[in-house]
Amino acid sequence: MLIARVIGEMVSTEKHPSHVGRKALVVQPLDLDGTNRGDPVIAFDAVDAGVGDQVLLVTEGFSAMTSVQRPESPIDMAVIGVIDRIDLDALAQTPAAHRK
Amino acid sequence: MFLGRVVGTVVATVKDAALKGQRLLVVQPVTPELKETGKRIVVLDAVGVGAGELIYWCRGKESSFPFLPEEVPTDNTIVGVVDELHLC
Repeated sequence: MLIARVIGEMVSTEKHPSHVGRKALVVQPLDLDGTNRGDPVIAFDAVDAGVGDQVLLVTEGFSAMTSVQRPESPIDMAVIGVIDRIDLDALAQTPAAHRK
Repeated sequence: MFLGRVVGTVVATVKDAALKGQRLLVVQPVTPELKETGKRIVVLDAVGVGAGELIYWCRGKESSFPFLPEEVPTDNTIVGVVDELHLC
């Protein structure tokens, strides 16, 4: 998955039937330091994410179509989580015994 | 999925039999600000789009699903026409 930010929405009426009834978000993948990582993409929303939210973006078809309950459909990206917080050094603080 | 603009067509008479009857289009990837980005690619068309239209396409095995039950060998297929993009 990638960390990303929802930067907008896409409206499309002429599209594959499996895309009907699903919100299409314009999503900007991010690096850990918050800078842009490549170009924005289109992803279907599985968790009611809003514009401006930091989200979890899955970029592989099977996971994407499953998360929006559209099996065997031409969908290769989906927003499957809204990120509250990212703790980069949290792992370093956990005692070695737990860190297998 | 990815944003792009239809910039051309490809004609190929000798090709995989499962590609017969499919439209081969050339797409230029674009950013949401409609700026060209990345290199052009050849895609199939599952929607019936016109030249110059702003579209979005799907990549990988999933891009052959619009043609099921036929097993069409494609790794990129146009799956929608973009009407509007609302950016914050």
